[in-house]
Amino acid sequence: MNVTLRVWRQKNAYDPGRFVVYPVADVSPDMSFLEMLDVLNEGLIGKGEEPIAFDHDCREGICGTCGLVIDGIPHGPRGATTTCQLHMRAFEDRAQITIEPWRAAAFPVVRDLVVDRSAFDRIISVGGFISAPTGSAPDGNALPVPKTASDLAMDAAQCIGCGACVAACPNASAMLFVAAKVSHLGLLPQGQPERRERVRKMVARMDAEGFGKCTNTLECEAACPKTISVEFIARMNRDYLVASLLERPEGKGAGGTG
Amino acid sequence: MELKSKAPSGPIEKRWEKYRFELKLVNPANKRKFTVLVVGSGLAGASASASLAELGYNVRCFCFQDSPRRAHSIAAQGGINAAKNYQNDGDSVYRLFYDTVKGGDFRARESNVHRLAEISVNIIDQCVAQGVPFAREYGGLLANRSFGGTQVSRTFYARGQTGQQLLLGAYQALARQIGLGKVKMFPRTEMLDLLVVDGRARGLVTRDLLTGKLDAHVGDAVVLATGGYGNLYYLSTNAKGCNVTAIWRAYRRGAAMGNPCFTQIHPTCIPVSGEHQSKLTLMSESLRNDGRIWVPLKKGDARLPKDIPENERDYYLERRYPAFGNLVPRDVASRAAKAVCDEGRGVGPGGLGVYLDFADAIKRLGEPAIREKYGNLFEMYEKITDENGYQRPMRIYPAIHYAMGGLWVDYNLMTTIPGLYCLGEANFSDHGANRLGASALMQGLADGYFILPYTIGDYLATEKLPPVDENHPAMKALQAEVAERTKKLLAVRGKRTVDSFHRELGKIMWEDCGMSRNEKGLTHALKRIPELRDEYHRNVSVLGGSEELNQSLEKAGRVADFLEFGELLCLDALERRESCGGHYREEAVTPEGEAARDDANFCHVSGWEYAGPGKKPVLNKEPLTFEYVKLTERKYK
Repeated sequence: MNVTLRVWRQKNAYDPGRFVVYPVADVSPDMSFLEMLDVLNEGLIGKGEEPIAFDHDCREGICGTCGLVIDGIPHGPRGATTTCQLHMRAFEDRAQITIEPWRAAAFPVVRDLVVDRSAFDRIISVGGFISAPTGSAPDGNALPVPKTASDLAMDAAQCIGCGACVAACPNASAMLFVAAKVSHLGLLPQGQPERRERVRKMVARMDAEGFGKCTNTLECEAACPKTISVEFIARMNRDYLVASLLERPEGKGAGGTG
Repeated sequence: MELKSKAPSGPIEKRWEKYRFELKLVNPANKRKFTVLVVGSGLAGASASASLAELGYNVRCFCFQDSPRRAHSIAAQGGINAAKNYQNDGDSVYRLFYDTVKGGDFRARESNVHRLAEISVNIIDQCVAQGVPFAREYGGLLANRSFGGTQVSRTFYARGQTGQQLLLGAYQALARQIGLGKVKMFPRTEMLDLLVVDGRARGLVTRDLLTGKLDAHVGDAVVLATGGYGNLYYLSTNAKGCNVTAIWRAYRRGAAMGNPCFTQIHPTCIPVSGEHQSKLTLMSESLRNDGRIWVPLKKGDARLPKDIPENERDYYLERRYPAFGNLVPRDVASRAAKAVCDEGRGVGPGGLGVYLDFADAIKRLGEPAIREKYGNLFEMYEKITDENGYQRPMRIYPAIHYAMGGLWVDYNLMTTIPGLYCLGEANFSDHGANRLGASALMQGLADGYFILPYTIGDYLATEKLPPVDENHPAMKALQAEVAERTKKLLAVRGKRTVDSFHRELGKIMWEDCGMSRNEKGLTHALKRIPELRDEYHRNVSVLGGSEELNQSLEKAGRVADFLEFGELLCLDALERRESCGGHYREEAVTPEGEAARDDANFCHVSGWEYAGPGKKPVLNKEPLTFEYVKLTERKYK
């Protein structure tokens, strides 16, 4: 098959950027979308043109590195699929395909299709964890966890941190990403001691990073390659409300001078 | 160079405990005076960084990905072993130790492997405490499954995404320390060389992949947790960014390379579909628990699998290995698949595939039960092949997956350069010549959470380290050397792309040093690789500049190192004239056609020492002795 690509090219963060049209011939329907871009890039290098920069790594849909907006949809037309797992058989012969980077104020473009998603790491580093220093753990079976809670936590924990939810949201909100982590940890008994503090801090950081507010358009769930449910956002909102109502000064530490 | 293992003696179950007691400690108030540089943020790197920071050390952690959460550990699917014996099926630390030594075909150190088995139980506890959502039974207790190469259920899992969940646990522990200011994280940063001062590892030169800036980092010790080198073969199950650069540069600075020819081929990957293929996708071998592997009895049978009656199918693993059947270790399963395909009985495009059939399991357990266990793998298979694995058998073929070889380390996980440590897949470590399923995650986390934090303290407490800063003359010289290398690559302006060289190198490796190896092929590879390398430095085309995000330049540096490393791997394979584990020499087979180990001549670790440019590396040997697990032929009949 033959396709025509309109690709966003941008030299660096300060360049305004523009679409450039590239025809790609002899595409096999069994190629992945990124392999099709590899072929294009090999051709560009052959002609002495700089290849298109895009992020990718595992190419099996789990590392969360890749992410292109394809014809206006993060990760492209196939549901529950990352860009690297999208194959050319999802497109018609002679299709015209538009490729853009994630668009969000909190994800500045670095070059071409590469964006900076470090805001996600900063949100995790303020509270997206259970404090369990190495060596301090009791036996794994000391604390039974109901299978239903564990399974639901796993549904949330599947998030790959790709940022498609932000790219899909008209407000560029990161609610689904944050809610997935808050729910994963908040559903488990191990996550209870820090549950309120966690949601407060993560939401505050999310706002500070410049992500938008959630207005329930549900685009995030539709774009999520791991089909993480917006119900987790409702769960986080509940946690956040409780945490805000019950916010009170911390007690005195138990340590002594002795 | 002498390879001193420092492995303790005495009763095996007491060795680590006794050794740990004898290690010197760093006073809590002094720990903050030391800086440790950790390269890599996968299971080993993230767990080490977090644990060292919790102890009070200052840590700088580097990864080439845009976030530490993206390290390739994330792609591990099947599970993690631990000798918990929660299933009451006769498992024990000793049995895990025994299985791992035997599964590794007697090419690992007994002391190390026993320590790994002991620590396995702590890892599960640690991960549960972090909130890793392991699979559970209805009563709320942890679930287990069995995995290739073992007869007990000791594998813990989180659906088909165990690596992801364990890595996120370690990443979150790391993120906590980043938030607390104890770890400074450097994402999109690649290590390009190692600084050695007075014979000790003291720093790194890194490239900021966004700006191209070459930065100097100094510290009191350096830890490499940079993963495996499977991408040498171009097509592998590794992530596209996985590379050998960090450990190769360390090798060129004096760290011995251990058993580089021990590479693992994974039996359950999705077959190649065409020339455009950029990587191979693995499906967890846990699929072999319920799937039955077969090919048609007749050569070139083009019928659809459903039209081939039961008596015209060859369930070759069940036939050849009745005791283990479809659960034989990876190397055995891979070679058996190659053998039936070589006979012309392979299925799918090019005849390079075998069936993995779930029809019986679906009949026995029902489709929902299979979906619950492996749903994500079936989805992945369908996305790639456009075929429904519930309705027709999957097609699978072996692919390069894991590197047992890597930098040689002693019992402290220290390389032959004092102060340079190597963890996880990057070291030659505990898997011998063949790694058992669900043991990579165990080793990465054991090294990072529970071994390095103790052993590094002994080094820091006993060494008198003179101060070294970023302006040290040796650092300046190193930075200039690295800049020169980059400049040279950009200056070639030849005709061929980096990828075309990488593909060609991969083809040489796969054909001459892949699933089975012989003297003729290896000699051929040893002639071809230097020729290809020469052409590379005359004819590669790397566009763009060095002071910007330049993905071609990143690749070019990595492939340049693969072109050197590939030669060493083939040399090691040529030198080891025995078959063991993943290393199968056609000249060394038993009369029944099984791999024949040669314990009289090769019961050692090969530690290769760099001898300078253009010189043949020096082979040093660390003899292996077996006091507990008797050297026997590995039989799975």
